[in-house]
Amino acid sequence: MFKKLTITALTALTLGAGGAWAAEGGHVKDYKFSFEGPFGKYDQAQLQRGLQIYTQICSVCHGLKYVPFRSLSEPGGPTLSDDAMRAYAASYSIFDPELEDYRDGKPTDHFPEATYPGAPDLSLMAKARAGFHGPLGTGLSQFFNGMGGPEYITSYLLAFSDETKEEAGTLYYENSVFSTGWSAMPPQLFGDDVEYADGTEATMEQEAKDVAAFLMWTAEPKLMARKEAGVISVLFLGVLTVLLYLTNKRLWAPYKPKKNV
Amino acid sequence: MSGIPHDHYEPGSAPEKWLERRLPVISLIYDTLMIPTPKNLNWMWIWGVVLFFTLVLQIVTGIVLAMHYVPNTEMAFASLEHIMRNVNGGHFLRYLHSNGASLFFVAVYLHIFRGLYYGSYKSPREVTWIIGILIYLAMMATAFMGYVLPWGQMSFWGATVITGLFGAIPWIGHDIQQWLLGGPAVGNATLNRFFSLHYLIPFVILGLSIVHVWAFHTTGNNNPTGVEVRRGSKEEADKDTLPFWPYFVMKDLFALGVVLVVFFAIVGFMPNYLGHPDNYLEANPLQTPTHIVPEWYFLPFYAILRAFTADVWVVMIVDWLTFGVVNAKFFGVIAMFGSIIVMALVPWLDTSNVRSGRYRPQFKLAYALFVADFVLLTWAGGMPAEAVYANISLLGAAYWFAYFLVILPVLGVIEKPLPQPETIEEDFNAHYGDGAAAGKATPAE
Repeated sequence: MFKKLTITALTALTLGAGGAWAAEGGHVKDYKFSFEGPFGKYDQAQLQRGLQIYTQICSVCHGLKYVPFRSLSEPGGPTLSDDAMRAYAASYSIFDPELEDYRDGKPTDHFPEATYPGAPDLSLMAKARAGFHGPLGTGLSQFFNGMGGPEYITSYLLAFSDETKEEAGTLYYENSVFSTGWSAMPPQLFGDDVEYADGTEATMEQEAKDVAAFLMWTAEPKLMARKEAGVISVLFLGVLTVLLYLTNKRLWAPYKPKKNV
Repeated sequence: MSGIPHDHYEPGSAPEKWLERRLPVISLIYDTLMIPTPKNLNWMWIWGVVLFFTLVLQIVTGIVLAMHYVPNTEMAFASLEHIMRNVNGGHFLRYLHSNGASLFFVAVYLHIFRGLYYGSYKSPREVTWIIGILIYLAMMATAFMGYVLPWGQMSFWGATVITGLFGAIPWIGHDIQQWLLGGPAVGNATLNRFFSLHYLIPFVILGLSIVHVWAFHTTGNNNPTGVEVRRGSKEEADKDTLPFWPYFVMKDLFALGVVLVVFFAIVGFMPNYLGHPDNYLEANPLQTPTHIVPEWYFLPFYAILRAFTADVWVVMIVDWLTFGVVNAKFFGVIAMFGSIIVMALVPWLDTSNVRSGRYRPQFKLAYALFVADFVLLTWAGGMPAEAVYANISLLGAAYWFAYFLVILPVLGVIEKPLPQPETIEEDFNAHYGDGAAAGKATPAE
C-alpha cells in the first residue's frame, strides 16, 4: 500500500509541480527543433540564419546585452569562423567609456542593449517565455513534447492578425499568442524579409523558427555541452547503479533465500 | 551508543590504544557504522542517506557558485549569466544546485511521509522527530533565501510576498518586516543578508542532522512493523538486526544510484522544468508579475496561506471576536505556520499505541487521504488566486488540520488494530524464509 501511494503521489507531484502555473495565451504550436530531446543539437546553419534575421530585423529595436560577440564562434553555437565573427563585431559601433566615444565592436564586447524604449532585451527571452504549461496547469505538454520558449517565440511571430487598436496613444497589434492578446510590437515577418546567405527559402515560418532557434541559443549557449554531460552522467550512474544492485543482491543473498510476497 | 547490544571497537595495536585513550574517534566511527539496524527495513528507509548526499551536494556546488556570484542588486542577475556563460562548467553547477533544492525537498517529503506512516515519531523517538522538523524549517528558510539570490522577477516578488507575511502580525509586524528586509522594501540590504544567511544556515542544518542521527542511534531505528528490536542479549538482537555497514550502506547506495540517474537526467535534459520562467527576467520593482508563485515545494503551505480569505466564516468569527486584530491576512499566516506546528506536535497528538500504520486499518484510509490532500494542496497552491482554487485549498487545509487535531487523537482510542508480529525476525522470515539459518547457524526455535 505504501509503495502504491508513494508512486501515485510522486507521479502526481512531478506532473503537477512542473506546470503548476496557469496556462497563458493560446495556440502555441509544437514546432520541432533540432535541439529537443536528450541528444538534441543546435543546427549551426539554422543559428546562422537566425543571426541574420536578428541582425537585419530584431536588432533595430531589441538588444542582446548578455551575449558577447566572441560566443558566435565558440563551439555549440552558430560557430562563425574567427574572421567572420570579428568582422561581425566590427559592424557594430560600441560606446567605449574609456575613449568616451564610439568605436568598432571587438570580440569581447557584448551585443548592444535594446535601443527602442520598451523593447525588452532578448538574451534570455527563450527561457523567460516558457511558461504556458497546459493542460490544467499540469505541464504535461512541456513534459512530453518538450515545448518551451522557442515554440512560443515562433508561434508569437506568426500569430499577428491585421487588427490594431489604440490605447493611451500607443498602437497595439492583435496577437492571439501574446498574453494580453494585444502586442505593442507590430508584425515583423511577412516572408522574404531577408535573403538567406545559405540559399534557404525565406518563408515566414522558416524565418520565425530560425530566429527562435537563435534566441534559444542566446538564452542557453551551453545547451549542447549540458546535454552531453547529462548523457554521460546518466550512462555512468546507470552502470554504477547496476553494479551496486548486484553487490547488494549478493550481499543480502544469505539472509533472503526465498521471497514470498 | 545505541541501546541495542552489539560489538564495540577494541583497539588492537599499540597506536590504536594510544589514540583511543586520548580521542576515541575510531570508536565513534565504528559504533556509528556498525549500528545494529532492523533487517526488515524497506525501500522507504533510504531517504536519509539521499538527504545527506544532497546536503553535501548543495554545500559543495554552493561554495563554488558563491565564488562567482555577486550579491548586489545591480550585478546579481548579470553574475548569474556570467556563471551560465563564462565560468567553466558553471552552467551545470548552477543547474545542479537549483535542481538539488528540488531533490532535497522530494527526499525530505518522502522521508517525512514515511515517518508519518510507520509512526517513527512515536515514543521514544519524539526528539528525533522534533529535530527533523527543525531541519525541515531550516531547509525552507535556506531554499527561500536562495531563490532570492538570482534576482529575477520571482526572486524579488516572492521575497516581497513572503516577508510581507511577517508584516501581517498585528502591531509589531511592520517593524519585524523592516528589520528582516533591512529597509522599507526588498532591496540591496535584503539581498546581502539573504546571501549571508543562505551560506550560513546549511551548516546549521548539517549540525542538526548530526544530532538527528545521534538521537535515532540512541533509540535505534524504527522499522516497518513498528515492533522494537529485542534487547535482552546480543544473540537476541542479532536475530532482529544486521549491522549498518555493509548491509544498509550498500542498499542505500544502490537506491541513491537510482535517484541520481533520474536527477542527472533532469539536470541534463530539462533543468528549467521545475523552475519559473519569470525568473529569467531581471527583478523589476515597478512591474508585478501576473501570478506570484513560490517554488513547488512551498506550494502546499502557500495554498493553506491563501485558503483563508475574508469570506470564510471561521475567519469572520475570529476577526469579530478579536476586534479585527486577527484579520484574514494574519489568519492565513497563523494557519500556514500552524500547519507545520501541528505536524511537529504529532508525537503527542497521535494517541494510538500501535506504531506502524501497517496494522491500523482505519488509519491507512485517513493516511491515504492525507497524502492525496498534500498533492491537492500542491496543485492548488500553484493555481491563480481565484475563488474556486481558494475553496479547494480551504477543503485541503481543513483536512490537514483535521488529520492531526481530530483523526489521529480519536482514531487511537476507537480503532481496533490488527495483530502485530512478536518480533522483527518473524516479520522478516515471513517474507524471506528462515534466511538467517543460511548465513549463521541459528538453533531451531
